[in-house]
Amino acid sequence: MATLSPTAAIKYPQTGRGGGAGVPPTFSGGGGDRGDSNSPNYGERLRRARLGITIAFVAITMLFVSFTSAYIVRKGLPSLDVSTSTYVHEWIPVNLPFVLLAINTLILLVSSVTMELARRQITRQAALAPVKSIPGVSLGPEKHFPWLGITVVLGLGFLIGQWEAWQELAARGFYLATSASSSFVYLLTGMHAAHLIGGIIALLYAAVTSLRDRPVEARRIVVDVTAWYWHFMALLWIYIFGLIAIAR
Amino acid sequence: MATSGVTHAHAAPQGFIRKYIFSLDHKVIGIQYFFLALAAVFVGMFLSLLMRIHLIWPAAQLPIFGDIKPETYLTLLTMHGTIMVFFVLTTAPQSGFGNYFLPIQIGAPDMAFPTLNMLSFWTTFVAFVVMIAAFFVEGGAPLHGWTGYAPLSALQGAGPGEQLGADLWITSIAIFCAASLMGALNFITTILDLRAKGMTLMRMPLTCWAWFVTAILGLLAFGVLLAAGILLLMDRNLGTSFFVPGGLSITGNLVKHNGGSPLLWQHLFWFFGHPEVYIAILPGMGVASQLLSTFSRKPIFGYKAMVYAIMAIGLLGFVVWGHHMFMSGMSPYSAFAFSIMTMAIGVPSAIKTFNWLGTIYKGRVKFDSPMLYAIGFVSLFVSGGLSGPFLAQPVLDIQLHDTYFVVGHFHLIMGVAAIFGMFAGTCYWFPKMFGRMMNERLGQIHFFITLIGTYAIFMPMHYLGMAGQTRRYSQFTEVAYQTKLIPLQTFMTYAAFVTIGAQAIFVFNLFWSMWKGPKASDNPWNSTTLEWTTATPPPHDNFGGHTPVVNHGPYEYSVPGAPRDFIMQTDPAGVGTGAH
Amino acid sequence: MGLALLLVIWLITFFSTYFFVAKTWWLPAGAAAAAPWIDHQFALTFVLMGIIFVAAQAALGWVVWKYRDQGAATKVDYSHGNTKLELIWTTLTAVLFVGLNLMGSHVWASERFEPAHEGSVKVEATGLQFAWYFRYPGMDNTYGRTKPELIDASAGGDAAVGLDTTDPAAKDDVVSGTMYLPVNREADLTLRAQDVIHSLFIPSMRFKQDAVPGLIIHMHFTPTETGDYEIACAELCGLGHYKMHGMLKVVSQLDFDKWLASKEAEKQ
Repeated sequence: MATLSPTAAIKYPQTGRGGGAGVPPTFSGGGGDRGDSNSPNYGERLRRARLGITIAFVAITMLFVSFTSAYIVRKGLPSLDVSTSTYVHEWIPVNLPFVLLAINTLILLVSSVTMELARRQITRQAALAPVKSIPGVSLGPEKHFPWLGITVVLGLGFLIGQWEAWQELAARGFYLATSASSSFVYLLTGMHAAHLIGGIIALLYAAVTSLRDRPVEARRIVVDVTAWYWHFMALLWIYIFGLIAIAR
Repeated sequence: MATSGVTHAHAAPQGFIRKYIFSLDHKVIGIQYFFLALAAVFVGMFLSLLMRIHLIWPAAQLPIFGDIKPETYLTLLTMHGTIMVFFVLTTAPQSGFGNYFLPIQIGAPDMAFPTLNMLSFWTTFVAFVVMIAAFFVEGGAPLHGWTGYAPLSALQGAGPGEQLGADLWITSIAIFCAASLMGALNFITTILDLRAKGMTLMRMPLTCWAWFVTAILGLLAFGVLLAAGILLLMDRNLGTSFFVPGGLSITGNLVKHNGGSPLLWQHLFWFFGHPEVYIAILPGMGVASQLLSTFSRKPIFGYKAMVYAIMAIGLLGFVVWGHHMFMSGMSPYSAFAFSIMTMAIGVPSAIKTFNWLGTIYKGRVKFDSPMLYAIGFVSLFVSGGLSGPFLAQPVLDIQLHDTYFVVGHFHLIMGVAAIFGMFAGTCYWFPKMFGRMMNERLGQIHFFITLIGTYAIFMPMHYLGMAGQTRRYSQFTEVAYQTKLIPLQTFMTYAAFVTIGAQAIFVFNLFWSMWKGPKASDNPWNSTTLEWTTATPPPHDNFGGHTPVVNHGPYEYSVPGAPRDFIMQTDPAGVGTGAH
Repeated sequence: MGLALLLVIWLITFFSTYFFVAKTWWLPAGAAAAAPWIDHQFALTFVLMGIIFVAAQAALGWVVWKYRDQGAATKVDYSHGNTKLELIWTTLTAVLFVGLNLMGSHVWASERFEPAHEGSVKVEATGLQFAWYFRYPGMDNTYGRTKPELIDASAGGDAAVGLDTTDPAAKDDVVSGTMYLPVNREADLTLRAQDVIHSLFIPSMRFKQDAVPGLIIHMHFTPTETGDYEIACAELCGLGHYKMHGMLKVVSQLDFDKWLASKEAEKQ
């Protein structure tokens, strides 16, 4: 196989490019994520990660826009009654378990708060990290409130609550294929839950990396971006709840 | 997740697995995508060969396959279309060349999120495996066409292959959607955030603009396809009725679904499907612009207009989807609106064509093989594009919808022009990727045979369409007026034999040159863009330890007063006049 | 090489254009009232697109040959473009394309924006895997009720469309595998589908419309010449799509009445 990238060409194996003594002066540009020192430019990486997650929001939004438009179209569409050759509107409003859903909404909103607290906590830690490397300086015993863990628990609580809501829906006679309206309720809440699970996995990853002693600035990026995602999930849920409740 | 903001804080990878299998290097990933697309195009071409044989000799007994039943023909065409559109046309031009060359052309050391990049390739790979698996399950692959219209695709009893095969098909597409969205995210972030100093948006090569707008199209469109696929899977397996109306009877069996709308599938599918065809062609347009400029030794005519045209095509691409549905039972008023927008989208395409001609005009044309393919691209794009205004008019579409006229139209553009874009890109960038030149003579022979051959296959389809030959027919023996058209179909089949056979020349050239081609210099084409400023092949971080600084636009050829007939983008400022 | 390109491109253009101009394979003769208008729009589009096709391909062949590299003497005109020219050809293209479309749209409007007129012949076309059935409402001009449960395609005739014979309006419905229409009278067509999407395509009538399950679609056209015209299914509907063809027989009003009467008589 022809060589794709000759490793011998790299002169600075530890850094790849830039940084370190003995390097000819470079025009450092926007393309790199290294600052003047030998350490990675976390500020730039954070900005890039936030840009990436924002773009991801666009994609996820398109998915739910598609479901929404299918919902609205289907709701307004009459269907053909073959035997009479006439069009009839047969949309059955779903008997939603509002109390359960309201409780779940509350849980999710509280988890957004705890998520935000976790994010700010690690932001502070990351800001103070350079200070800690100064010999002789100590910030005292480090005590971090487990906001991240609480968020995970609340997130799981929300999912369990959604499962309960589904059980209740079934008890009221609304299964997935009972009617077009019920199909959409299960679809929208299910797809949201699937995305939330993704968010929980990200939170667990953030928790695990903290145990593995990765630099706090890197962990901060994970938590920050996951927090943005988490808030987006909360907003998305409010939208979905609003849609299935109001456009019943 | 977008956590790998790390681009090159680590050493180059060691070990075969890290270097070539699970590489984070965009160059390796680009080549992986390229070879995936190559495998897919072999499969797709083989399927089309079987199709062409069956159409002319429906009763033929083929070695290994035996006879091809009508349902098998439909399976062949479904999988041919799906594999070609997704795993070739959406993969090679964007994920293949784009991955390899976007970061380098903008002066970046890698994509914004290398881990995500690797993930998006392997996800695409899994999608391909799932798609191929559909052939081997009970019932075989689906027969509902790449467009998968419900209820044919939504009911397991609607035909052979519509059981597990169809579920695998949808699943593969859903996985592909996820992979594409990941890729789109990476491309957009990279272009917005990783451009080198001096590389303003209006100094980006047109290839980068094409990859940029294509990524935006993908970001907005693939979510819709994913949604449609999820709804279809639910209808097929969970008893929902998004797309299936009530009162249906399939081969005597009553269908339990009720209240769904087949047209809803079409709207969702084509809302994705139309941007998809622009995703397939825009990168090829970018490559054509790049090459026509380079090999005419002249700046691209109207760079700004080209950028606006790419954007206009992207934007308008989202409001024309209904032109696939003129005959669907959709409101004729909507049809009128869609048709006006469709004619409008012809305008930026025309601008691009004028500008390509304007680039060659009063240039100094060199006929290296990349340029041959680029010229072929323009010719094919003109031919394929001009059948568009026929189909865009609903009153003419009455006659032409679902006939071979449509098949000819999209094959000339997607199946040939876009492919020529890939041939062109391959020949142009091969020296940079593999350090050797492809063989010129073989390139010329392949070019001419393929150009003439593909015209011979696809131009007659327009005549057949006018005469009323419907598409997706597994044979033409049942409808008298269509039986009369078989001689022309026969001609097309023979042309296909020759053309498909000639592709062996290209494949041979590709692989032979990788090992035995003459060694290439760092800039064999005297081209101006950033990939030609760096070593061949580029080092792990693309620029060997420093970040380029850009002082010039991308197409400064034959600048009066300059020491040579091209100014590289990183040449010091003030060289020659007209730095832009 | 420049010359080779020019020749190849010009020859391809010549042969392609030749077969279009010679109409070697062409639209079947039109036999419907809308055909002259539609064919006129076709012709207009052909001429305009044809001119652009020939001009663009000829220009491409020409410039690659004329401006080939002929050594040091070849001068390059360094230019980034010409904004005025861009604006001119953009405007011209827009006017041409949109204008062409608007011209055709009045034909579309007359075909599709209005329902069938009074006194048109009612016929319902039902597509199923893999045949067309045509139903005439009879003297009461009302289609009888159909029920999916009653569908039995193998029995043909009334059972193929699931006609509910208990419905009084159904008693005089005539179901036929062949479509009969009287010449010079508008046909008020109702399209239905039993299983998947089909499409009724009658090339000589310049008629095509998808038959969509779950929808009852109304269309109309007026045959203007007697004769037998083939019907092809134009939407992929399964393995038998290629053989789902039918026949339209356009006859005089007298012959149509006779045929209908004989079919009614068969029912007794």
